[in-house]
Amino acid sequence: MTTKPLRLRELAKGDERISHGHRMCSGCGAPIVVKQVLMATDYPIVASNATGCLEVSTCIQEYTAWKIPWIHSAFENAAATISGVEAMYRSLVKQGKLEDRNVKFVAFGGDGGTYDIGFQSLSGAMERGHDMMYICYDNGAYMNTGIQRSSATPFGANTTTCPAGDVIPGKLQQRKDMTKIMAAHGIPYVAQASPSSWMDLMKKVQKAFEIKGPKFLNVISPCNRGWRSRTDDAIALSKLAVETCYWPLYEIENGVTRVTIKPKEKKPLVDFLKPQGRFKHMFSPENAGMLTQAQEYVDAQWNQLLKEAAAGEADKAE
Amino acid sequence: MGDIVAVTGNEACAQAFKQINPDVCAAYPITPATDLMQRFSSFVNDGKVDTELVLVESEHSAMSACIGAAAAGGRVATATSSQGLALMWEMLYIAAGTRLPIIMPLVNRALSAPLNIHGDHSDGMGARDTGWIQLYSENAQEAYDNTIQAFRIAEHLDIRVPAMVCMDGFIVSHSIERVEYIDDADVKKFVGEFQAVNPLLDMDKPKSYGPLILTDMYHEYKRAQHEVMTKVPNIVREVAADFEKMTGRKYDLFETYRLDDAEIAVVVMSSAAGTTKDIIDQYREKGIKVGLLKPRMFRPFPFLEIAEALQHLKAIAVLDRADSFGGYGPLFSEITGAVMSMNSKPAVINKIFGLGGRDYLPDQAEQVLDELVTIAKTGKVETIKEYIGVRE
Amino acid sequence: MSKKYWEKLPQGSVVLEAGSSAKFKTGGWRSMRPKWIEENCIQCMFCWMYCPDMSVKVTAEGKRAEFDFEYCKGCGICALECPGKKGNKAIVMEQEGK
Ligand SMILES: Cc1ncc(C[n+]2csc(CCOP(=O)(O)OP(=O)(O)O)c2C)c(N)n1
Repeated sequence: MTTKPLRLRELAKGDERISHGHRMCSGCGAPIVVKQVLMATDYPIVASNATGCLEVSTCIQEYTAWKIPWIHSAFENAAATISGVEAMYRSLVKQGKLEDRNVKFVAFGGDGGTYDIGFQSLSGAMERGHDMMYICYDNGAYMNTGIQRSSATPFGANTTTCPAGDVIPGKLQQRKDMTKIMAAHGIPYVAQASPSSWMDLMKKVQKAFEIKGPKFLNVISPCNRGWRSRTDDAIALSKLAVETCYWPLYEIENGVTRVTIKPKEKKPLVDFLKPQGRFKHMFSPENAGMLTQAQEYVDAQWNQLLKEAAAGEADKAE
Repeated sequence: MGDIVAVTGNEACAQAFKQINPDVCAAYPITPATDLMQRFSSFVNDGKVDTELVLVESEHSAMSACIGAAAAGGRVATATSSQGLALMWEMLYIAAGTRLPIIMPLVNRALSAPLNIHGDHSDGMGARDTGWIQLYSENAQEAYDNTIQAFRIAEHLDIRVPAMVCMDGFIVSHSIERVEYIDDADVKKFVGEFQAVNPLLDMDKPKSYGPLILTDMYHEYKRAQHEVMTKVPNIVREVAADFEKMTGRKYDLFETYRLDDAEIAVVVMSSAAGTTKDIIDQYREKGIKVGLLKPRMFRPFPFLEIAEALQHLKAIAVLDRADSFGGYGPLFSEITGAVMSMNSKPAVINKIFGLGGRDYLPDQAEQVLDELVTIAKTGKVETIKEYIGVRE
Repeated sequence: MSKKYWEKLPQGSVVLEAGSSAKFKTGGWRSMRPKWIEENCIQCMFCWMYCPDMSVKVTAEGKRAEFDFEYCKGCGICALECPGKKGNKAIVMEQEGK
């Protein structure tokens, strides 16, 4: 299949493969992510979905927003579920019971369904080598149940289970680096993307679909309810996440790291934190140390990534 | 006629799987079911079946992958036991609620704590409300026959419900017994081609599986699920009739043994029924009118049919190989529930036996029968629920 | 005999009609309303790409048309991301019902 050209006017003529009439909150980032993923390719796609905001809001009673075959079964098993679908596809095609139409298999999960409760199921599916892509829309908390902390919640954030209290000022731990953990599985393709850089995201999806085997894509997905921000800033905030290097855009293809979009000028992390009410307490004088700590962590992670990317470059040059 | 072989229950079930050739199996090892899937894995790797085997990282994922595969539109099977079934708990309900005809031999084993790998029915009983059909097997032959029939039952277009085929851990799963196999071609013909209903892989008609259902419809979905279960007994009997035509072996919702003219009876499932039958013969020789009822289909539970079979009795002992702590044994609850519909109510007692693989010995059966004789005479029950075979 | 309500439910609650959420109108959620000012529109299509509610209509030629107010929830992403023409936005948010 020839790769679909990524020109907006051409894309806009196509079918989004996810319909309006879904019940995600106004201004949610997740449907934008789903749309970009599904529109990046003309391949037929079957998707599974972990329980969470995206799942409960896109398929209610007789109303489904999905125009592709879609399955939700539970919270912690989007990867295992789609691995079963993919195995059945392989089996039926192999036995000549089904025509091979180059179907692609995708699992969508929130960060809770991916970093936490679905971690084992995801890790297992990746290790087994299913031809599938797991896509985490990372909004940094269990949003569907009312903004509880997850292992993807950023340091300092105020959530309903790690509230900014008088003694404990929000989340004390740094995020789990899920993208790197998935890369450590040795799978052929791992990437991080942002809906603000739609072309970059869609290229990654296109690339991934041309690779056989397990793929993992981690996409930042703003949630104005949980981030305590505005309904219109999902794209603006995801862009700031990239520009501050809080959410670097990179890919690891067959073990080689490449930063796909390097910010022209790395902005201070506070630019990303300031518009979000969940970090408000970090700006009070007694918590100044938290801002420093958050910035230092981002810097260290970013420098590490650059080192890994440089090593990848050097390998190529050799 | 097929081969007559000396095999274990696990081996016989693996053979049934091989003959049926499911499209996808997802499995995770657990004693005493491991051996079943291990044997089946050899069939896969030796090219004897077309099955895609998904060797998942947990039973939760095994059932999840089975659900995905079954929804995709093909024949699916797995096997498990004890903790494995417990870990699947969440997904059992989803398989049944989504009406996916997955087949699962359940090699019955005790549940932790304390850890114990031997046979009892705690695992199966814990899953009785999940919406799965449950067939219990007395021996390897029944495990084999039930597995083959289970595919036909579960995949029946009027129901589409998943089914567990239960056999006692080690006692049946690991004991070598004489089993009559059915010819491959006959099994194939009997089970038939899988007919997909709303296959997810029909790319031209995209469907959504697993919607959120709100309070205005959930109750109705459950009502529909209940209705489906009421259709199961007839289908089980239909399939059994066909099976008998093919093999001469007779199956029903339950089996009775010398029950017709009995005054007292034991109700017990699975392998313990065999021992009990021997003791019943001895008591019959002494002129004591005793019989047995062995439920085969525990879910759905055939209340009315069982009530009819038991209504002439004076006293009944229900033997449970599981306990519901703080309640009566699960089988006892069903039997007394069935008895409720009778005009004359026999006395019913409950014995908890054989937990964690504790042997069920002839003297335990004798003790129970002696007690029943006394109850039949006096009409008085001293203790309703009691453990037997306990070290005092 | 007519079937009871629960007898007519799809087996296993499967939704058989793809994209049926289109029958569920979310336009009523809106408190703010985007206004498209066509003369400032450079047809960049960002509003279409970034709309979480698939509520920007597109012509057969791939050009932006009016908002789909049956579904638009009024989040305002389109207005914020709109580059406009020479500093003049092609989308502005207005109070709904004004
Ligand atoms: C086994 C299990 N535990 C807990 C829940 C409750 N639950 C449903 S969705 C959810 C949070 C989902 O969070 P995430 O995966 O981050 O997705 P989001 O809702 O943020 O999109 C939780 C805790 C559940 N459905 N199943």
